[in-house]
Parts: sequence; structure tokens; C-alpha cells
Amino acid sequence: MNNIKINRGLNIKLKGIAEKTTSEAGTSALFAIKPPDFEGLIPKLVVKVGHEVKAGSVLFYDKYKTEIKFTSPVSGKVAMIERGERRRILAVVVESDNKQEYEAFKQGDPSNMSREDIVENLLNSGVWPLIKQRPYGIIAKPDVTPKAIFISAYDSAPLGVDYNYVLKNESEMFQKGIDVLKQLTSGKVHLGVNGQEAIIDTFKNCKNVELTAYSGSHPSGLVGTHINRLCPINKGEHVWQINPQDVLIIGRLFAEGRFDAKRTIALAGSEVEKPQYYTSMLGASIDSIVSKAIKGENVRIISGNVLTGTKVCKKGYVGFYDALISVIPEGNHHQFFGWLTPNFHKFSMSKTYFSWLMPSKTYALDTNFNGGHRAFVVSGQYEKVVPLDIYPVELLKACLVEDIDKMEQLGIYEVIEEDFALCDYVCTSKQETQDILRKGLQLMIKEVG
Amino acid sequence: MKAIRKILDNIKPHVQKGGKLHKFHSFYDAVETLFFVPDHVTTKGAHIRDAIDLKRNMFMVVIALIPALLFGMWNVGYQHYMATGQEGTLIEYFLHGLLKVLPIIIVSYVVGLGIEIVFAQMRGHEVNEGYFVTGMLIPLIVPVDTPLWMVAVAVVFAVIIGKEVFGGTGMNIFNPALVARAFLFFAYPSQMSGDKIWVNGLTEGQGIVDGFSGATPMAQLTAGASQNDLILGFKNHAMSAYDMFMGWIPGSIGETSTLAIILGGAFLLYTGVASWRVMLSVFAGGMIMGLIFNAFAVNAYMEIPAYYHLVMGGFAFGAVFMATDPVTASQTNTGKIIYGLLIGIVAVLIRVLNPAYPEGMMLAILFMNTFAPLIDYYVVGANIKKRLKRAKA
Repeated sequence: MNNIKINRGLNIKLKGIAEKTTSEAGTSALFAIKPPDFEGLIPKLVVKVGHEVKAGSVLFYDKYKTEIKFTSPVSGKVAMIERGERRRILAVVVESDNKQEYEAFKQGDPSNMSREDIVENLLNSGVWPLIKQRPYGIIAKPDVTPKAIFISAYDSAPLGVDYNYVLKNESEMFQKGIDVLKQLTSGKVHLGVNGQEAIIDTFKNCKNVELTAYSGSHPSGLVGTHINRLCPINKGEHVWQINPQDVLIIGRLFAEGRFDAKRTIALAGSEVEKPQYYTSMLGASIDSIVSKAIKGENVRIISGNVLTGTKVCKKGYVGFYDALISVIPEGNHHQFFGWLTPNFHKFSMSKTYFSWLMPSKTYALDTNFNGGHRAFVVSGQYEKVVPLDIYPVELLKACLVEDIDKMEQLGIYEVIEEDFALCDYVCTSKQETQDILRKGLQLMIKEVG
Repeated sequence: MKAIRKILDNIKPHVQKGGKLHKFHSFYDAVETLFFVPDHVTTKGAHIRDAIDLKRNMFMVVIALIPALLFGMWNVGYQHYMATGQEGTLIEYFLHGLLKVLPIIIVSYVVGLGIEIVFAQMRGHEVNEGYFVTGMLIPLIVPVDTPLWMVAVAVVFAVIIGKEVFGGTGMNIFNPALVARAFLFFAYPSQMSGDKIWVNGLTEGQGIVDGFSGATPMAQLTAGASQNDLILGFKNHAMSAYDMFMGWIPGSIGETSTLAIILGGAFLLYTGVASWRVMLSVFAGGMIMGLIFNAFAVNAYMEIPAYYHLVMGGFAFGAVFMATDPVTASQTNTGKIIYGLLIGIVAVLIRVLNPAYPEGMMLAILFMNTFAPLIDYYVVGANIKKRLKRAKA
């Protein structure tokens, strides 16, 4: 096992980290797969409202890559198809019948299966979209063999999921999932774990992986950081990534022959009465998890973490890739001379506030913008929180001017938005760096592919 | 607080789109955000944001300038009283300086902010905080007897040509305060150089004690004096490095006291607002060039101890407050060190070798402002090359 220390970064200590207890989520029967969770996807519907489905039945597929299918996590019937502007499909909602019947897929020992069979099984069952590729952070292309697959079992983001807790008793399925992934790559499967805590057996005894322990501040747990250290992506190369809980879904698919999309979801944040873990399914309704546990009304519910997550309402659903719901106060209030007063309750990376003197204090940060949008003025800030061998400001400026050559030269293939999320946070000029980068990535997809 | 909020809320509908006073909306925004951090919330990207904003950032620089400002005011009075042969108290010195300096500050802010607001209005932007600092820097780097209209003209030139034509704060190539100073220096050379301009009242010459000289140490060195010939005011009164460090010498208003500047600099480094890479490497560059001159000394100026360069004239002020301007400095960390070193080296080079410009700091920083993007280009270029090499391997 290797140890890697990440020296740059920033830990934002928020109040309301999930306690290590797990309950069943509430009985809400609605589950949804949301096409907007997948960058650039144009969905083609297979079902209509009222159709009976089983867990693993196809709901829709990718219009341009028809082999990539999206399946129902539960059995029941299609309750609703939510549409937005220009009839864009926002969510396909399935009402569970609580019987949980499964479609049957191939099962067996992945080491005896051909790569084609494995890929086909993953595609048919709707498990495939759980695998993302770099460059661009989109669903992996099935016809590509990646040079490595990265899994990070260390969520270093604010209020991050503790995988040492969640995966503690999942050794068998985790190993099974890893064995499947091993067949998909020509290189190694890399597993990153938290080096600041004791490593659990699930990871320690795992075979067929290259185990690396990371320590340091966020983003030490991000896959992007790991890739940059171990296996940087060059032009034309692909690296895949998958979340650790989704490795279990793959494991169960090959062990049991069914799409069992069980997921443990953390509910955390300063506005949660009792932050803890809940077991539910992929695409669970927010309501079923947060129902009574929220303080007050003026809050923001986020599927995912506070840096990269998506704003959802109570009637919404947990994102396809998310295992965390964060609830923080909205910041829609004026603050008198806020820029001038000492503000002990505010957190800043800079030493212009006093938060750096209280390293162990936790904060209930709200969603206030804390200033106005400005041109790039202060330099050297992003470099402090991006531990990659990349010049963030130069890359962002290349994205802004849509200079594809420059973006390529400066390393656009190696990064996705989450790697720049802390730049959003620390920026004095309140630049939307994730948004800028996403637009750059979209341009790359369009022009280079 | 609630009363102010109420007034602002009452005016708000009028300045919003379609309101009668819409043309003043930038000004309204500036006032509103001065009193209140707006109630805007995040809509995309990270849901939480750092508490720092540009206002606070710039405000920290203004705080850092306070020691130099207060000392400058005292020194204006002190030099004047010495020139006129009077004894005064600390308060008297300070009040004299306050009355001389305050009008310059007011002119600088009123003219500069006025232009900023007009430009913000034209572009439909919020008023940028950049002038917050520039407006304080300009009074500190001019001689005390600069006529107010000249200050105003320089500010107009600096804000429009130095900044707004490039698109405003963050887009400018040259440090606006130095553009103002350079404008004055080249447009009105007779009022901006010589031995008489540095001490209040000396140009008019009324009541000046016989034999008083307001020459700065660098003017004396350029004229051929050696380290031991330097005088402070009177022939029999030698000027030591200690005098220069403490700052009771003739010079521009805020630049004389290295001690006061270091206090401000320490604050900037502590808060992380200014780059330590730039600041320290400017001093290092000056020191290195001074030592090189020492090693090959052929005249008195080249012989003076290298550290003299750091305490004389505007070197320290430039290193702490001007070179560290993040917009016009190099953006990359490696670039910042190269940029700083070259500023120090070029400043001392101009001082010693060019008799036309006794002070080289202003020109050195403006010169390196021009080269900062080039330095970055090569630093980033190294990263690009590394990536290409990796791809081929």
C-alpha cells in the first residue's frame, strides 16, 4: 500500500456531520431516474405512465448511444414523467409496489466471462451509467478500454460520507464488484482510502486493486487528485471512475443476477435535527429521507455535497451518483457592514477573518454569495486549493475564450468540475469556476469528442 | 441599521430597470453594498462561498497603508517646521501635515470614484473596489506641494488611460497609482523633481532658514555625494541609514518611513492579501543588485552599502504596496519570484546608472508590469511542455 500526502487544499468544517447510525428510510414509494444527472444525455423514453416495471426494466435509453440504458431501481408502475422547458424530460418517476421483483440478468464469475459479456450485462441491467469516464466526466464509452479505473472510498468533501462506516460489512460484494471492474481495464483498478483513519478490512483485504491511502485536506479524496498523482491522463487516453457503493451494485449484479440498487445515503448539515445514515434505493425521493428531520423552512436541500451538489426541493429525488443529502440555511438576508465587521461566525480560507485561529470550530454556513461578481483580481488563491499539476486560472481563461488548443495544452482532459469546486468557494471575485469549466468541457465534447 | 435599510429599500424601486432613476443604479449599488452585504444567494456551482470579498480584501490594504499615512502626515509637518527653523510638538507637526495631506486624499477619492461610477454605469457593472486602494496610494506617492489640480488631472489620466480603457479593475496592465505618478513625473517635470519639492513651503521659500536643503538622499548621491556626505536638512547634520529607515527625511508623503511601511507589509503578509513571494523577492533583488554594484564599484553611488537602497526613496513602498498589486504582477507562483527579483534589480540599476531619474522604483515596476504576462507565458509554457512530453512517453 502506498501513502500519499496532499499538501494543498481546504477543509471546510460544517456543522451536522452524519452520525454513524443507520435507519430505514421512510415509506415514500416514489423513485426517479433524472436525465439531467447525465451530462449531454438526450433520453429516448421506452415506458409510458402506467406501465408496469420491475427493478432492472428499461425506462429510457441514450438517443445517440442506444446501448446505454437506464433502468428502474424498483418494481412497480411508472407514476409520472416530469417535463421542463421544451418538454425536456426532467425525471421518470416509478411508484414502488413494495414487492421488489427483479428482471433477471446474467450472473456468474467475472473471471470466466469475456469482456464483451461483462459489458453487455452491465449495459442491459442499467448499471453501466454508474461508471463515469475522464475526460469530461460523462458516462463511460462502452467501446473504449480505459488505462485504469479509479475508486475513491474517501469522501473528503464537507459533510462527506464515511465509507469506512458504510462499507464495513460489505467485503464480499465489494470484492465481486472489483473483480468485474478488473476485467474492464487494461491497467489497474486503483482504490483510494482515507489514510488518516484505520483502514477497514473491506479495503485492506481486497484483491485485484492497487490500494493507496491519502491524507490531507479536501480534495485529497477526489478521484481527480488521485488520477493526477498516479496515472495522469494524456490526450486520447481514458480513465474510468466509479463510486464505492456502486461497486457493490455491480457486485450484486454478477452475484445475484439482478439490479439491486440499494444505497446508503447520509443526511447531514446544520439544519438537520439528527444527521445520520439511511438505507434506501438509488433515486429515492428526498421526502422519504428528510421528512421531519429539518429545522425551519428557509433551508436549501442539496443532493450531494455543498460544493458540487444539486439544489433539490422536498419533492425532488436523490441524484443518480449521490450518496449524501446536505441541508444548509439559505443566506437570503442582508448583512450590515458584513465586509467590515470581524464576523467570528464566518469561515474563510484567508486570514482576513479569524476563522484560521479556530481550526477545530465547526460552522453553519449559509448560501449567501458573500459579495458581488468581479473580474479576476486576486491571484494565487486557486493554486492553494487545487493540488493538481495544472494552472487553474490559465485553464479557466482558456475555457472563457474557447481556445481549444490551449485548453488541451493546459490539461482539460484531466479535470472535471468537482476538482475546481473549492475554487468556487475561495474566489474573492466570486467567479463561477465550475460553470466556466463545464462550458469548456461541453465545447470539447462538441468539437473534439 | 434598520433605518438605513428602510431608506435603501424605499429608493430601490426607482433605480431598478424601468425606474425613473435607473441611470444611477450603479451608484445606488455601490452605496447599498457598502452598507450591506447583499442578500444574493448562490445559484450555480458551490452552494457555499468564502466570507471574503473584494471589498474586504481591498480594505485590508487600506488598513495596511495607515501607518505610512499617519507617519507621512507627521513627517510633512516635521520637515516644514525644520525648514522654517521652528520647534513644534508632535501634535503640531501632525496637524500641519494633516491639513496638507487631507485635501490631496479628498481630491484623489472624489475624482477617482466619480469616474469609476460613471464607467460602471456605462457598462452596467457594479462599481469595482479597486479604486479604494488606488485612491489612497496616489496621495502617498506624490510630493506634498503638488497642486491639487495636478492631482486631479493625474487621477483622471490614471483611471481612464491606466485602467478603464482596458476594461476596469482586474484587466489593467499597469498599476493605476503608478500611472498617475508617472504621468505627473513626465507631464510636470519641474514640479516633480529637484531639491525643493519634497518639503512643504520650500518652493515658495518664505521663512526658510538659510542653508536648509530639502534634497533627498538619492538626489544627493546622484549629484556625486558619498555615503558619508549625506545630509539631512543642514550641512552639519549627517543623514544615516537609521534616519532613512525611521523616515524623518524629505520625500513623497508616504514613502519615507521604511518602518511604517514594514508594519503595513507585515499586516498584508499576515492576512495573506499580498504575495510574500513578490514582496520578499523585490527586496532580495534590490539587495543583490546593490551587492553587485559594491563588488564592481567605480564611483561613490556604487559604493554605498546595498541595504541603503532598501531604505532610501520609494523602494520599500514600491515593494510592499505597488509590486504586490495582484492584477499587474505575475499570476503564477514561480513567475512572482522572477517578477519581484527583476523589479528590485532594475530599480537599483536605474537609480545608480541613470542620472536622469534619481528614483528607479516607479519605472522599474511599470517596466516589469509590461513583462509580467511574458514571465507567466514562459512559466505556464513549462507546464505545457511537461504535459506534451508525458503524452509522448
